Amino acid sequence: MTASRGLLRLFGMAALVLLCGCDALKLGVMNHAGPIATSQWHLYVIVGIVLVFVASPVLLLTPLIAWHYRLSNTSSAFRPNWQFSWILEFFIWIPPTAIVIGLSFLLWNYTHALDPYRPLTSDQPALEVQAVALDWKWLFIYPDERVAAIDQMIIPVGRPIHISLTSGTVMQALLIPRLAGQIYAMAGMTTQLNLAASQPGTYLGENTQFNGTGFQNEKFNVIALAPAEFAQWVDHVRGSAHPLDAAAYADLFRRSSPPQPIAFSSVPPALFQRILAQSREPR
Amino acid sequence: MMPQGIWPAVLGRFVWTSLPFVRAWEHPTASEIIGAGAASIVIIGAVSTVALIIWFGKWRFLWSEWLTSLDHKKIGIMYIVLAFVMLSRALIEAVLMRLQQAAAINNPGFLAPDHFAQLFSTHGSIMIFFMAMPFLAGLINFVMPLQIGSRDVAFPLLNSISLWLTGGAAGLMMASLVIGEFSTGGWSGYPPYTELAFSPGVGPDYWIWAVTLGSIGSTLTGINFAVTIYKMRCPGMDLMRMPLFVWTALCTSILMIFAMPPLTVATALLALDRYLGFHFFTNDLGGNMMNYANLFWLFGHPEVYILILPAFGVYSEVVSTFSTKDLYGYTSLVLATAAIALLSFTVWVHHFFTMGQNANINAVFGIATMTIGVPTGVKIYDWIWTMFRGEVRFTVPMLYSLAFMMTFVLGGFTGILLAFPPLDYLVHNTLFLVAHFHNMLIPGLLYGMLAGYHYWFPKAFGFRLNETWGRISFGCWVVGFYLAFMPLYVLGAAGLARRTQEVFETAFRPWLYIAGVGALILLCALASLVVQLWVSIRQRDANRVFAGDPWDGRGLEWSTSAPPPEYNFAILPRVHGRDPFYDRKRNGDPYAPSGSYHDIVIPKNSMTGPVIGVFGAATAFGLVWHMWWLAIIGLLVIIAAVVARSFARDVHEIISADKVERIEGRWLRAVVKATSIPRKVEMKPVNQGLARVSG
Repeated sequence: MTASRGLLRLFGMAALVLLCGCDALKLGVMNHAGPIATSQWHLYVIVGIVLVFVASPVLLLTPLIAWHYRLSNTSSAFRPNWQFSWILEFFIWIPPTAIVIGLSFLLWNYTHALDPYRPLTSDQPALEVQAVALDWKWLFIYPDERVAAIDQMIIPVGRPIHISLTSGTVMQALLIPRLAGQIYAMAGMTTQLNLAASQPGTYLGENTQFNGTGFQNEKFNVIALAPAEFAQWVDHVRGSAHPLDAAAYADLFRRSSPPQPIAFSSVPPALFQRILAQSREPR
Repeated sequence: MMPQGIWPAVLGRFVWTSLPFVRAWEHPTASEIIGAGAASIVIIGAVSTVALIIWFGKWRFLWSEWLTSLDHKKIGIMYIVLAFVMLSRALIEAVLMRLQQAAAINNPGFLAPDHFAQLFSTHGSIMIFFMAMPFLAGLINFVMPLQIGSRDVAFPLLNSISLWLTGGAAGLMMASLVIGEFSTGGWSGYPPYTELAFSPGVGPDYWIWAVTLGSIGSTLTGINFAVTIYKMRCPGMDLMRMPLFVWTALCTSILMIFAMPPLTVATALLALDRYLGFHFFTNDLGGNMMNYANLFWLFGHPEVYILILPAFGVYSEVVSTFSTKDLYGYTSLVLATAAIALLSFTVWVHHFFTMGQNANINAVFGIATMTIGVPTGVKIYDWIWTMFRGEVRFTVPMLYSLAFMMTFVLGGFTGILLAFPPLDYLVHNTLFLVAHFHNMLIPGLLYGMLAGYHYWFPKAFGFRLNETWGRISFGCWVVGFYLAFMPLYVLGAAGLARRTQEVFETAFRPWLYIAGVGALILLCALASLVVQLWVSIRQRDANRVFAGDPWDGRGLEWSTSAPPPEYNFAILPRVHGRDPFYDRKRNGDPYAPSGSYHDIVIPKNSMTGPVIGVFGAATAFGLVWHMWWLAIIGLLVIIAAVVARSFARDVHEIISADKVERIEGRWLRAVVKATSIPRKVEMKPVNQGLARVSG
């Protein structure tokens, strides 16, 4: 009676944990919202299924053989000097090698298909975004729209986004788990990331490379809007009369995270190149 | 309160607020009080250890029997003591971090960001350099010469110097708790974050010099072991007759020789940047941190196999012994070990797939990474087939081996996922990665070392460890591991970055709680090991195995008394097969007294090792704090010690044939008196270390 109730409670708790677990996983690639993350999720599933087959013989054989050949089981065979079999040798070397060869083709193709530098195929031109990693915030510059934002990346749904990254400080890594994998941002160098959102929504973005005491606060939202809303947002920002002037520029390099995202109605030309060059100059 | 006048020259960068007690007094936050508490524990621990030694008048004993000893067995034991001390500290740090993350969900928690960052940096650095490395160096030191039928390692003095360099470096890690602060740059110390421009304090300097001393010690250890295995094997011990543990020791040593120097170079270049204004890895003036990443992981990936291979060796010994069976596929295992060692140098880029290199490079390194899975899988199957048609006894070392095989496979599973660059992009730098490498290193290193500790403890000290507490501890290590790390896979897949002091997603809460409970269970596991040692020492008289062969062992290490005499073997053995002692028990009398003994020459104690270690640490401490006088004096003393030692002529001691005969006679008489026991009672006090041979 009490035992069954206890068991029920245990199941209840386990179910609760699993439910909350699904909540947590909704923040990640399992809840993909763009073509890159979707392919990555498919790859997870494919490789995962293959690996279940690779791992299960060990998980089954280890306890079974250990238990069957236990000392107290006098009915099991005992061949203390048996130590080799070509047939077993074949099975432990060849199938794993074959599986690795098979997986290698998969790996080669997917690594090229999902190369972060590879532009997405689309009938629309990619939206250029330049991301600058700072302590402890991200600056996103839209060079064609001549606007910028701190700790907020607004993108149009369906259109490919081409992000160029650099750092105004130490190395960081940009990750938006529901849209695409991460890439490092390094001072004086440019890296690239291509991604797209296939549905409107707000996606968490973050720096994953530790960079000091404000690291944990270096999060931002990626907001995917319908193309018309995106154009509205650009117009709205342009009209806001809050340019990225000299004072705002100096502020970028203060070690802090702004409490709210900041949008800039205009940016100096070649701002990204300026930060890139500045990092390489003597401090 | 800045020092004035003469003081800057004497105290360097030291100011009063470098002391955690002063900081805690000025800002009594939970974080600072924990820091001051940790410093107090170090001081109280050191003072009470010294006080106890003085109280019991054991100072001379300790100095002449242990600290200056060149006996490989004692050096091995000292390494393992160091490993346990450092394990305790780093495990407590891990628990603090887990509790912080569980507490800090939309809440700053009890640890300040800077303190949290020091904790993950010291936790990683200690676990790798001052827990894992000393543990495996200690185990190899103790076991390997016995297994190859040698009286010592090739270079006994160098062995002591390596131990003391490692010890000095560990001391520096401890000093960073009491004076100043540690690096916040993680165990990998990536610049430019660790450059002066971003981390001007003493923290990265502590890291640089501790790692540098430790890496020099490990390089020397590698050379020592490799030469020992090449040159000191007893007659008949061909390479293909060496126990598997010796093979893994050899491969690990070769890896140490080739992989530790890139680390020493990387830390040295970083030191040049920080001390002399060079620009190897700075952002400006042509520096490039990508060179550091390559150098570091050129060390870092082989390091993974430096850590894991010796554990593989332990499992090979343990599974074979406790299944009363020849090792299945010896040649396969040797080939697999060598293949892993070689391949380990071809995969380092997978630690930074996300650095922007092109897809061809990432794909090649990804495939190389998966390839390592093949020989590793072969090894697991070889152990499974070793149990096949055997008589498996579920002793503590065997339980660790079984838990390892099941758990390591899961780590391999996620390892193959991470080997796919597109999948790595998503979970790199997240808790998924943290879960993966703990999933490899806890079963693949810690369980192996603990299995080895339980397996060879009776050989080292002459009595068996308590079985019940061993099982409790084992249970805690396994349950604790699963609870602490499986949730991290979920959290990482959900995008939670590693090294995060505060968490802003309430959905993470249940997983962080489970992981926190797991960490506490792991702490119980360590506590049970301490209790086990205590109980075992108290019950030692009931569990003596002086005859030396408690498990019906196979290798030469079991053919001596427990503990073995200082000279290991009165007469160097001659071997005719892979399991020499096992065969001799079945085909003859391994305890037949020898007709004649000869004088045995052994190395005399030397204080060179302790002097170099202590003054090496002093030099490093001087460099950290810019106390140049201390650094110069330390360096001069080291040079003087080396010069002085090179003039020493009286460096050997002779154990006379008479004495050897007395020692051997005492042991052989004990063997005659001992009752031989069958395997099913080997965990009972009736086990006096003499195996009953069925045929």
